[in-house]
Amino acid sequence: MSRQSVEFSIAAAERLNETLNAFLEIDREGALTRAREIEESGNAGALAGIPIAVKDNICVRGMQASCGSKILGDYQPPYNATVIERLTNAGAVVIGKTNCDEFAMGSSNENSAFGPVRNPWDTTRVSGGSSGGSATAVAAGIVPVALGSDTGGSVRQPASLCGVIGLKPTYGRNSRYGLVAFASSLDQVGVFGRKVEDVARILGVIAGRDPRDATTADAPVPDYSASLTGDLKGARLGFPRTLFGEGLDEEVKKSVESVVDVYRDLGAEIVDVELPHARYAIAVYYIIATAEASSNLARFDGVRYGFRAEDTPELRLMYRRTREEGFGAEVKRRIMLGTYVLSAGYYDAYYRKAQQVRTLIKNDFLNAFERCDALITPTTPTPAFEIGEKADDPLAMYLNDIYTVTANLAGVPGISVPCGLSSERLPIGFQLVGPYWSEPTLFKLAHGYEQARPFTERPPISAS
Amino acid sequence: MPINQSDIEKVANLAHLELAEEELKTFGSQITEIINYVEQLNELDTTNVEPALGGLTAEGEKTESSRRDEIAGSLGQKIALAEAPDPSSGHFRVPKVL
Repeated sequence: MSRQSVEFSIAAAERLNETLNAFLEIDREGALTRAREIEESGNAGALAGIPIAVKDNICVRGMQASCGSKILGDYQPPYNATVIERLTNAGAVVIGKTNCDEFAMGSSNENSAFGPVRNPWDTTRVSGGSSGGSATAVAAGIVPVALGSDTGGSVRQPASLCGVIGLKPTYGRNSRYGLVAFASSLDQVGVFGRKVEDVARILGVIAGRDPRDATTADAPVPDYSASLTGDLKGARLGFPRTLFGEGLDEEVKKSVESVVDVYRDLGAEIVDVELPHARYAIAVYYIIATAEASSNLARFDGVRYGFRAEDTPELRLMYRRTREEGFGAEVKRRIMLGTYVLSAGYYDAYYRKAQQVRTLIKNDFLNAFERCDALITPTTPTPAFEIGEKADDPLAMYLNDIYTVTANLAGVPGISVPCGLSSERLPIGFQLVGPYWSEPTLFKLAHGYEQARPFTERPPISAS
Repeated sequence: MPINQSDIEKVANLAHLELAEEELKTFGSQITEIINYVEQLNELDTTNVEPALGGLTAEGEKTESSRRDEIAGSLGQKIALAEAPDPSSGHFRVPKVL
């Protein structure tokens, strides 16, 4: 059984990759060997024989971890990320590494050094990013579940654009050990799936304290599947009306408003809430994320791993050329921006100011959650846009994350759920954001909607 | 705040990036645009607001993150050097420093 599903996933990945460019590595031999071992050992783990795809910035021993960058060359990490260790112990089989924006910096996957991922609903359009390969692999039916990372929306945004479920857990819910760091105070490993139940199962396996990541919290891991009760009576859903205004595509707006109606019909109470500082979130995010990135990416210097520029007779020149040749434009732009906001004389004006406004954004959420169990918003302002459409305008690209970055800044969990197709047959998603550790509530609400309005459409590029 | 060519060169130097002439120019105007955008934060009075420290939750802050000072297994020299671009006699070799 497990061998069949792993074989199916590998064959589908190989067949569709020319069209979708979702995988950077497909480990046919290794995955089949592991599937056979699991079958023969009678492993009855919670995920025995389940094929999964993993974003290429999460370390899997024996596979590459390029992070979508040239600077890592053919780097193969000598260890597993903790989330991978937990998944494989439960019997899951990693079939390959998925394409992503370089070092998870981007919202369209166009920043990958290995070319953009294509959206299975329309291959002229972006998959979203940065975890576009994982979103696409799940949307096209190659794998039932996949891992990504979410720093400002990099799981939820591509999930929305590809018509699948995408979860960013509470900060500290699962380990970042073995996730190549972009912005450490925002990064969190997230999960893609086609069913809420599958996402809940995966989180149950990867969640929990890890001594190797001091930011993981010693908070109990509940039985997430038990929260899928279907009973939404009395749930209070916060509706931040001001976020449904300027810049939001009319079809997306209507679609998400109709989701609110569905929840009302299911017995939820809809409460008006305000997030007065949400409009500052992109500005705060691009200061904090770039500052942390400029520091985290200092480790790529051509000494210990990956690529080194040739003909560099002096050390500093070697650093500078290696980084110039190894990093792509968006990564360099963000390192520059982050270095600038942290540089002498500017720290208080930018970084400290941003951290203060981050407190205000966090307080907005805490205030809102006094009146509701979760908030509902669109996940993205528009459905998937054309490849190349926003490539020359970094600021326009950053505004894609307007609905998702706030959850990372506050550290709260969020989930994107598909809620229909646009007139151009492109997926639309809505987002639920809850208080710290409210994953059970998010699963219950997402599952309730899924039961009432199952998203059964399949993309034209699909494994089955 | 206007950002001129020499600011951009200074930042590239701090970041150890040997930017091409063309990049210095585009990054200059793009970073100026982004900085102008983020300056909207100055509309907000944050005089008595504590800066956030990461995304940590109350539970996360309470979690004991120290460990006993004990020797544990490590990768070892061979594995640690396996991915280096220029390993030599058990070391990472680099071009001359001075």
